[in-house]
Formats: sequence, structure tokens, C-alpha cells
Amino acid sequence: MRRILAVLLENESGSLSRVANLFSARGINIESLTVTPTPDETLSRMTLVTFGDDRVLEQVTKQLHKLVDVVTVVDLTGQNHVEREMALIKLRLRDEGSVDDLQRVNKIYRGRIADVSALCYTSEVVGTSEEIDAYIAAMGEHELVEVVRTGPLGIARGEQALSIRQNQ
Amino acid sequence: MLSVRLLSNRMDNLKQSSNPETQELNGAEIFIRCLVEEGATTVFGYPGGAVLHIYDELHKQQEVDHILVRHEQGAVHAAEGYAKSTGKVGVVLVTSGPGATNAVTGIADAYMDSVPLVVFTGQVRTALIGNDAFQEVDTVGITRPCVKHNILVKKVEDLPLAVKRAFHIAGTGRPGPVVVDIPKDVTEQSRVFSYPQDPDMRSYQPTLEGHAGQIKRAAKLIAKAERPIIYSGGGVISSGAHEELAEFTRLTGFPITNTLMGLGAFPGTDPQFIQMLGMHGSYEANMAMHHSDVLIAVGARFDDRITGRLDGFCPYAKVIHVDVDPSSISKNFRAHIPVVGDARKVLRALTDELRDGKHSLPDVSPWWGQIREWAKKDSFAYQQDMDGEIKPQYVLDQLYQQTGGDAFVTSDVGQHQMWVAQLYKFTQPRRWINSGGLGTMGFGLPAAMGVQLAHPDELVCCVTGEASIQMCIQELSTCRQYGLPIKIINLNNRYMGMVRQWQDFFYDSRYAMSYMDALPDFVKLAESYGHVGMKIEKPKDVEPALREILSLKDRLVFADFITDPRENVFPMIAPGAAHNEMILS
Repeated sequence: MRRILAVLLENESGSLSRVANLFSARGINIESLTVTPTPDETLSRMTLVTFGDDRVLEQVTKQLHKLVDVVTVVDLTGQNHVEREMALIKLRLRDEGSVDDLQRVNKIYRGRIADVSALCYTSEVVGTSEEIDAYIAAMGEHELVEVVRTGPLGIARGEQALSIRQNQ
Repeated sequence: MLSVRLLSNRMDNLKQSSNPETQELNGAEIFIRCLVEEGATTVFGYPGGAVLHIYDELHKQQEVDHILVRHEQGAVHAAEGYAKSTGKVGVVLVTSGPGATNAVTGIADAYMDSVPLVVFTGQVRTALIGNDAFQEVDTVGITRPCVKHNILVKKVEDLPLAVKRAFHIAGTGRPGPVVVDIPKDVTEQSRVFSYPQDPDMRSYQPTLEGHAGQIKRAAKLIAKAERPIIYSGGGVISSGAHEELAEFTRLTGFPITNTLMGLGAFPGTDPQFIQMLGMHGSYEANMAMHHSDVLIAVGARFDDRITGRLDGFCPYAKVIHVDVDPSSISKNFRAHIPVVGDARKVLRALTDELRDGKHSLPDVSPWWGQIREWAKKDSFAYQQDMDGEIKPQYVLDQLYQQTGGDAFVTSDVGQHQMWVAQLYKFTQPRRWINSGGLGTMGFGLPAAMGVQLAHPDELVCCVTGEASIQMCIQELSTCRQYGLPIKIINLNNRYMGMVRQWQDFFYDSRYAMSYMDALPDFVKLAESYGHVGMKIEKPKDVEPALREILSLKDRLVFADFITDPRENVFPMIAPGAAHNEMILS
């Protein structure tokens, strides 16, 4: 089962590799991971996607908590949350006439052309991971030159927020 | 000249300390002040380029004692022996590069057995980090998977807080090793010294008090038990909960078994104690585990050497699991009532709850009747033919009787370790010092050094084998330097006994590389280091030899017992078997 975890951790060198090490040492794959500093620069906020049953998830959550650098871990999977991922998708269109095709798909998926050269177009798409998958599938007749994705970001809906206080 | 210079240095130090508010100290001096603040007055280590400033300052002062080992692995094991036998945080100081990598085995050992250590490693200058400099390794990277935490100190102003945090993290919650990596330039930069009172860590707050609701639920389950068993581990010793454990056990009247790491937490001579459990545990302990309906696990982690095949483990039991480390709970085996907290606090709360009068304690006499039947198998029994070869168990039995069960005993890893665990009835915690989780051959002798230094007037025995002892035998030199009168009981069967046993059972007795050829003459070897060496070859000589060994109070004695090479450890739960599938002999 797909799991999405939100992690607040000390913004220190080595924090990210502690998290990465934990997963590899316990034989669990990280599907995607994004991490950046928060407005409070002493903290970093991570969104991490992995796969596993309830037992694996319980153990991963506990192990993450056990890392001295980790302040808070929240499993977003079970709760109401917003997920967004961004992708940059470079396509070589079949022919000039295909631009309409691209613009039609962009309109459906709220895509935007970020760069263009001859027949190579780079689209910028923001949405859920499924929407990005669908965008790529919709452009399947054209040559996919390169795709780069951020992996999902996750945040709880409503007033809930990941904060230091949660841990105390 | 030297002594005059030392004296004047000390005078300088005195002058400096007269005005600590403004006097700048260099990083090496600050390092020593931090150790003194932590009360860490014994350091095990080995010098090298990156830590020379620190060693220079160590040389100028008298508050911190430095014990020079012969290999960095020995320093870490010695610090483990010191920590395990005292409950204090053990301290290690080694240089960068090979100093740090040699320490890794010991660090991993301490991590597996939850031993509180702070290991200081020298590092190349900050400007050289990442340049593949001489004796540079990424110590923080190498040790990351086998430490509770590690810290690279990048500037001298960060050093006091790093040390404060290291000791705090190592010694609280589930204890463990913390590595502090200190680049050489940090030890020469100057700064006014002040030591923080608070480690100030928002992200590290171990849960110590058990949840009141969980404790009530546990008490309810206990009150309804028919076939209960208490299974306690090293966590009880770490937490200092042995008295609370004894009180809880006596109040309930339940049978209790200890893990290898938990021996001594409950008196081994008590009638409620049904011996160690697990792969080489007693028949009654393993059968009682298998048939139990309520399992009360305290400070134990359901290691594979305990559980055997998980789907055959405790099939009828509801599990109460008390542990300070939440990740130990339901990791290998599902707990029905998890209680996160310090063993001492939780046991006290649980005992109070049961005393409260709300619960009547169950009658467990029929259950005891069954356990006593199982115990009749006498599964640790052995036969000593006084005209035959020396049985290793006989040596340990004699050692137990002659020391009254009151010695500190360290061991290496293998058959001899299991026999000590089976036959030496520890009645106090922190007396049995061995490598359980990592199973590190070479642990015993350096660990005994740490124990002896912490307890200079006590009897310290190192039970070992001719294979294990050779992995850290260089420490005989350290023992000589510091006059450590350790008694080495070498059970010499000319095999890596446990490897040979597995080859007997599972590889049709093909003894691939388990034969110890070209052994040294241990008597001469001991003598060459300035110790007493003895060789004992006949059963009738065992008892008088042990008397003589124990009477040589001021000397290290290396006693080489030539034992039966075919002896195996029984009972045994083969890997992949369940508790009710023991091989008895």
C-alpha cells in the first residue's frame, strides 16, 4: 500500500542521509522524497512516499521518530490531505500540427509550455501524481525525451499543521 | 626538567582557572573541561595525529585518567565493560582514519547491546575534509548506521554543546553509543569556556512514564492469567529496575526467565527463576514460553535467538511488552498491550496497580506443577568422567562454586559464552558482561579490563576460548601496564566450538576452517607479557588449579584448560525451529 509521510526534522548536515540510511538499512524502498528548509530555517520539511503494509509503516514511523534529528512524523495517508507534484516534461512532437494536440492536453491538465525549440517542447504540469501520469499517457503518441518530477508534496487539510509543539 | 615544566604548566592552569569568565582556552583544553564537567574521568584510547593536541593537554592534567590500549577495538570494548559494569557512560578517544575504523566493531557492538558510550574520534582539519587527506575517513558517514547519534564538530564554539548532547543522548532513553568527530583545527582554536546546563534538544525526548491506561489494561490481563511468564532482558539492567522486577515477580509469584543480556536482573538462584530462554535456553523456560497464555516482556526485544521461528512462537500468549524504545515493540512480534516507558517506572506502576486491591492475583500453582515437570529434564546437565577429558561445563561449574556466584564475568562469543550463561548463577545485575547482539569475538579480554578498572578490588574473570581470545590478545600488554589482575579462563578445545557445532548439526561434520591449527603456547605467551600462565589438562586438576588461580589476587592469570573438543551446547533450538522443538542432547 502506498504511504505518504510528512516529516519535520532539524536542518542539519547529515539529517537527510540519516533518513535515507534508515530506509536502505531496513530494506524498505523510498518511492519519492522531497526536502527543503521551512520558514524557520533551523527545520526542514520532508514529504516521503513509500510502500508497505501497516506493520512496515508502524516500524518505519517509529524508526524515523527514533532518529535524534527528527522532530515530528505524521502519516498523511489515512487523513484528509492535499497532495501536489510538479513535472517538467520534454516532448519531441511528431509534426508541427501536433502543437494543437499539446495545447489541448495542457488545457485539460493545467499544463504550461515552459520552453520550446524547434519540435522540442517542455511542459510544466502541477497536479496529483495520477494527473501527471495521465498527462504523460495522453501525450503518448509523441516522443518522450525526458521527464523530471518532484515527487508529491503533502499537507494536511484544515487547521492541522506539522509543528515542533506536536512532539512536546 | 620535565617535572619542573609540568609543574609550571599546572601553575598556569591554576592561574587560568582563577578567572574563568574571560580566560580563553584552546579546543583541547575545552575538551578536557567538558569531560570533567560530565564526570568522565576514565578515558580509553589510543593517540594519533589528529588528536595530538588533546593528548598534549591530557598529559598536562590529572583530573582525567587515560588508559592506553593496544588496538582501538580494545578501547571501545573496555569502555563497554566499564559502562556495563557501572551504569555510567563509557568514554573512548581515538584518532582519525584507521583509529576510527578500528573502533567501528566496538561501536556496532555497543549499539546492538544498548551500551552508553561517547566515542571521540579525531578528524583531519576542516579545510582538508573531503580532500582524501592523510588518515581521513568520513567517520560520521561510516558510523551512522551503528550509532544512536553522531556529531561532526565544525568549530570550537560548538564543542561544549556537542559533548553535553553526546553524553545526554548516550545515557538516556534506550542507551547507546554516540560518536563525536573533532577536526584537529577545532582543538587548537581558542574560546572562553562555558559548559551548557541543558542539552536543549527539542527533537529528543524519550518517553519514560508508562501510559496509565496501558498499565491498567496490563494489570487486568495479568489478573486473568492462567499460564503467565515474565520474560525480561537487558533493558531491566540498563534502567536499574532489578529491584522493581524482583518485587513484581515475588508479588505475582509468576515464573521468570531472562535473556542472555538480562541475566543477573533477577537472582539466578531464586526458585521462581526458570533459567535463560532461547536457542540455548532451558527446556522449562522454552516450554513455558511456548505454552504461556500471558507473556510479560520487559526490556527485551524478541531477538531471533530468543523467538526461533516466529510463526511458532508463543502461539497461545497475549503479550504485554514494556520497552523504552517504541521501535522495539511489535517489531518482530505483535504486542497486544504495548507500554512505552522506562522499565523501572513501569514495573513500579504495575506493581502498585496490582497491589491496589482492585485485582486479585491468579492462582498459578497448577502452572508451576507443569513447569516443575519440565524442569526435571535438567537440560543443562553434563557428565564429567574424572579419568576422561575436562568438560568445559565442569570448569565453569567449579568457577561458579569457588566464586560463590559473586565474580564479574566477561565472556567472548561461542560455546563458552552459552555455558557461562547456563551454569553461572548471577545473583546481581551488571556482573555478567558479554556481547549478545553483535556477537563479537574478541570482546571478553578488553571488556574485562574496563570492568577491572571500574572495580579495582573485585574479582574479574574473562571466560574465553582459544579462538576468541586471539582476536584481541594484544590487550594482555595493556593489562600488564595497568596491573589488571584479570583471571582468564581459556576453554581450549582446539576448535571454534560453536562453528564446529553447527557444522556437526547442519553440514554433515565437514569442519571447514573451524579447526584452530598452529595455536600458541598460551602459558609462554602469558609469561612473555609478564603474567602468570597455567595449563590444566586433567579433570582432577581443575578444582585445585582454580583455587590457585583465584588466590593469585594481584596477578593476571591465563589459565589454559584443555577441554573435550567434541562437547556441544544443549539444549538447542535449531534455526527455523520453534520453542517446543528443542534438541536436548
